[in-house]
Amino acid sequence: MSYAEIMARKNEILHRATGLDYREFSRGPLAFDYEAMMERIGYAPDELRGIQAAVGVGNTPLLELRRLTDAVRRISPKGKGARIFVKDEACNPSGSFKDRRASISAFHARKKGYRGVIAATSGNYGAAVASQAAIYGLRCIIVQEVFDSHARGQPEILEKGRKCEALGAEVIQTTVGPELFYVLLSLLDETVFFNASLYTPFSIAGIETLGAEIAERVRNLAGRDPDVVAITHAGGGNVTGTTRGLRRAGCHETTVLAVSVDLAGLHMASDNDFNRKSFTTGHTGFAMPFTTWPDRVDVPRNAARPLRYIDRFVTVTQGEVFYATEALAQIEGLERGPAGNTSLAAAISLARDMDRDQIIVVSETEYTGAGKHPIAQLNFAEEMGIAVESGDPQQNAPGRRIVIPADLAQVSVVDVDLDRLRESYVRRAVQEAGRMPEEHEIDYLAAETRASAERVRGWLSMRSKT
Amino acid sequence: MPENVQPGDWVRIHIVILPARARAPGIPPDTASHPYDGWINGWATEKACIGEQTTIRTPAGRLVRGTLAEAGPGYRHSFGKPHPAMLAVGPSLRKLLEDGEE
Repeated sequence: MSYAEIMARKNEILHRATGLDYREFSRGPLAFDYEAMMERIGYAPDELRGIQAAVGVGNTPLLELRRLTDAVRRISPKGKGARIFVKDEACNPSGSFKDRRASISAFHARKKGYRGVIAATSGNYGAAVASQAAIYGLRCIIVQEVFDSHARGQPEILEKGRKCEALGAEVIQTTVGPELFYVLLSLLDETVFFNASLYTPFSIAGIETLGAEIAERVRNLAGRDPDVVAITHAGGGNVTGTTRGLRRAGCHETTVLAVSVDLAGLHMASDNDFNRKSFTTGHTGFAMPFTTWPDRVDVPRNAARPLRYIDRFVTVTQGEVFYATEALAQIEGLERGPAGNTSLAAAISLARDMDRDQIIVVSETEYTGAGKHPIAQLNFAEEMGIAVESGDPQQNAPGRRIVIPADLAQVSVVDVDLDRLRESYVRRAVQEAGRMPEEHEIDYLAAETRASAERVRGWLSMRSKT
Repeated sequence: MPENVQPGDWVRIHIVILPARARAPGIPPDTASHPYDGWINGWATEKACIGEQTTIRTPAGRLVRGTLAEAGPGYRHSFGKPHPAMLAVGPSLRKLLEDGEE
């Protein structure tokens, strides 16, 4: 079927492939009942933990990074240098926190009698879905965007493809393009498998257990709540699910810090730019569009709503994340992958300005290896004509130059103006609805952006003047 | 002599998912000028030569038709040489930690 024919049948295909009728939650062209959608999955928090425990997902260690904390304190003002902890999510069966998301989808697919699961993802999520499918005896198809038009594959995605096949999945590897969604819909239509989308309520509810575990472990180890939880941010699921779990566990004062790798200027759907980035997720190329408009996904309504949960949003450079990765290996003995280390880089920077008795938690690690490792990524970057050097990371230029910090004190964050993102979200919502919001819809937009109704009205009046 | 595959061999096929003219609207020109290609690994269901149309059985059990691209496809991603800028990180951190120690 042609692109247009498949896209026209989108809602019908997705309804069958998730069992969720998203029309139920709709409150007009603009608003929808988010909490009703989250509750529709029908699993209470304890059930979610039980489902995950039965397949070895979750209950990962919370590790204190004592040597890294010591190093940070040596470059911090007197009395400063928070304790840095990391949740070692690489200990999950397929090597990342994505097992939490996949586990609930696979359990549910099995229970509802689907014969298989499909996910469109170039990330660790593919391996997580493949692993859970193997556990539950489901067939599995993973669709990945891998190659540019010269058939050059991003090494990290090649590794993820290998891992999916190692776990028994069929892997469809494509060239660059947003038509991944078309392939997904075509396959769902053909196979009648379950859509193990990253963005269903099943997927997001599965991450809530991570937030709950962070709260419990930090309280057990340190007798207090975490002051900051640093969460690598791309599509918004990690931030949404982890924060929902933290809040449910009673951590209302904990600052939720979203962290993305700065890839400003590189277009995500561009064939030329595709292999000029050393990070395949956790970067601004996903984080900015998904934060300002979450519903650009493979389900009618995205269960990941990052603006509802983020307290502060910062970016770090590619070189700083490579530095953090190397630091974690060299002085903490933990060789881990790039995604979690994005928030680790930010944690290093923030800890310097926090009191010594304060606690900052990095919410995840992931596995590493051939293709994913900084050595592989930096060699690939050089092959693509990108300069790699040691120096001041402020000289970093996405797609042209990667600068590895020469010392720890150079690792720093850049704040993203959340109000600009909130305003952008509100403008987009109005554009999508095709009309100005009614009163109850203003309340919805206020909840979506965690801003007052007055501020939402302010953004709307600025819009009507332009 | 053309490379033959036998039924049951692990192979790779290429499919043109969408020709350039049928791609999604609104994608950047550098992307839109190329077809949307895909590759799938699976088991050959028949004898075939590289470049021929053939059908594979995928690990998910689907039968998919495409152009035979490779016999015995493997994984070649690796590590390579460590970069000097990265090799410097460990020693500098250890020096920072050792300064002032007994």
